Amino acid sequence: MSYVFSQAVNALQLGSIYALVALGYSMVYGIILLLNFAHGDIIMVGAYVTYYAMTSFHLHPLVSVVLAVVMCTLLGVVIEKVAYTPLRSAPRLSLLITAIGVSFLLENGAQLIFGTDTKSMVQEPLISGSLTLGGVSITYAALITIVVSVVSMIALTILVQKTKLGKAMRAVSEDMGAAQLMGISLNRTISFTFAVGSALAGIGSVLHIASYFQASPMMGSMLGLKAFVAAVLGGIGSIPGAMIGGFAIGIVETLVTAAGLSTWKDGVVFAILIVVLLLKPTGILGKKITEKV
Amino acid sequence: MKRDPRTVTKLVPVPSTNIIPERDVDKSPILECRHLGIDFGGLTAVDDFNMAIGRTEIAGLIGPNGAGKTTVFNLLTRVYQPTRGTVLVDGHDTAGKTTTQISHMGIARTFQNIRLFKELTVMDNVLIGLHHEMDYRLPGAIFRLPGYWRGERIARERARELLGIFDMQDMADYKAGSLPYGAQRRLEIVRALATGPSLLLLDEPAAGMNPSETAELMDNIVKIRDTFKIAIMLIEHDMNLVMGICEGICVLNFGRIIAKGTPEDIQANPAVIEAYLGKKKEA
Repeated sequence: MSYVFSQAVNALQLGSIYALVALGYSMVYGIILLLNFAHGDIIMVGAYVTYYAMTSFHLHPLVSVVLAVVMCTLLGVVIEKVAYTPLRSAPRLSLLITAIGVSFLLENGAQLIFGTDTKSMVQEPLISGSLTLGGVSITYAALITIVVSVVSMIALTILVQKTKLGKAMRAVSEDMGAAQLMGISLNRTISFTFAVGSALAGIGSVLHIASYFQASPMMGSMLGLKAFVAAVLGGIGSIPGAMIGGFAIGIVETLVTAAGLSTWKDGVVFAILIVVLLLKPTGILGKKITEKV
Repeated sequence: MKRDPRTVTKLVPVPSTNIIPERDVDKSPILECRHLGIDFGGLTAVDDFNMAIGRTEIAGLIGPNGAGKTTVFNLLTRVYQPTRGTVLVDGHDTAGKTTTQISHMGIARTFQNIRLFKELTVMDNVLIGLHHEMDYRLPGAIFRLPGYWRGERIARERARELLGIFDMQDMADYKAGSLPYGAQRRLEIVRALATGPSLLLLDEPAAGMNPSETAELMDNIVKIRDTFKIAIMLIEHDMNLVMGICEGICVLNFGRIIAKGTPEDIQANPAVIEAYLGKKKEA
């Protein structure tokens, strides 16, 4: 029983990080139909910022965390302004290839600047300690990861549903032309979307390094791809879908690992992608897309 | 309406060919197009389009299918960039302006094929129209400051008022996409009015409506003009509507204006009859 419980905590911990990252994918796709493959690498940058702030500059953990989230947000907006804005009227494929290019730039830039080795924070973790609940020990890192993720998702839902910018976002994602004719500024709304998505990635990066203690130049690529699978599973463009997809992928990975097949876990995740694309390409909560006549 | 009185209004000479209602005669037109034209590749879709609309005029833009009427609307709102010519809104040149800025300058429109935000509620659709007028900022929205609530409350009251024009207050919480067709058309007008326009462009407002709905719509268009003191320009195929409420009519064929005048002038104009019905066979 306690084994099941601790695996459930693992699944939620992993799943909430996937969900946070998947949200960024889904929001950006929802608004400009771009699969932002550089999104995962923003997490890598966030992890490095946290690592260096803590180990080299010995900043207070809280300051490091805020710094990492702010840096990720800025990076996301800068990438959008520099790489994607000039291509707004270009074919979607150009945009997609640019996103892959930005991803390579970040990965190789990180190798150049930070070195190719994996930095480990096991010696001085961001969040240490654990509590015992009914004979099961849960790390504070896991607890905080789950709580912070859930709080972030609630905040995001309020932001999107209730605020003026959130409404502008939904309007732009539904009909860009009509939104502009209503006086909504496209640039502001798109930048805002990237900022929010990247801030969530920043939070994800901090939680990731708090949970798994590592930063490496390529960490974002696999994490990003899996979050992408989560976004597709949930229905890309759908915010609740990204959350559901993230947790689902976390649960599946944990189940596969718990069954002793940890070498298979990546394969299983990508098999899910293939199955979803074959059977229900719109995902769990995605809408059927009808071509406009 | 609450649009700031513009401090500087350039005076534009009104070309004598335009029909301007008497009450607007001494005022500068709200919209003026001079030699407006656009080419798509080698095809000239609209050419030499000259027109002025008075501040409280209801103007009609008619013509056979494919004449370029919607293209004119797209030029006015800068969905397309004109190849030639000038558009002045309240005496201000719109060259280099984005669609968003045009909306801020006071032009709002509806669409031939309804383009509501279907996944959003009726209320949210109107609130989005009220968007740029609401000055409450993001920190306020996140931390729920009193200023945010005040702004939000005022916006909702205003949205309800606007929905009241068509007695649609009760539908505020429905998804826009779930409304019946006629209500969707009316909501589009409300959403456009929410942006606080001084010129409202209606693209086939009566399309798909039965005669009694059309008659109601006619009353409402006049009511909107009288209440908001704005100019309205409409594209429409329903001649009863056009001849019934438009003070000035402009007829477009193959991208060019073939006639301009009062409803009486237009009905008697041989070029218009020819464009609609074809040439009389020579005996």
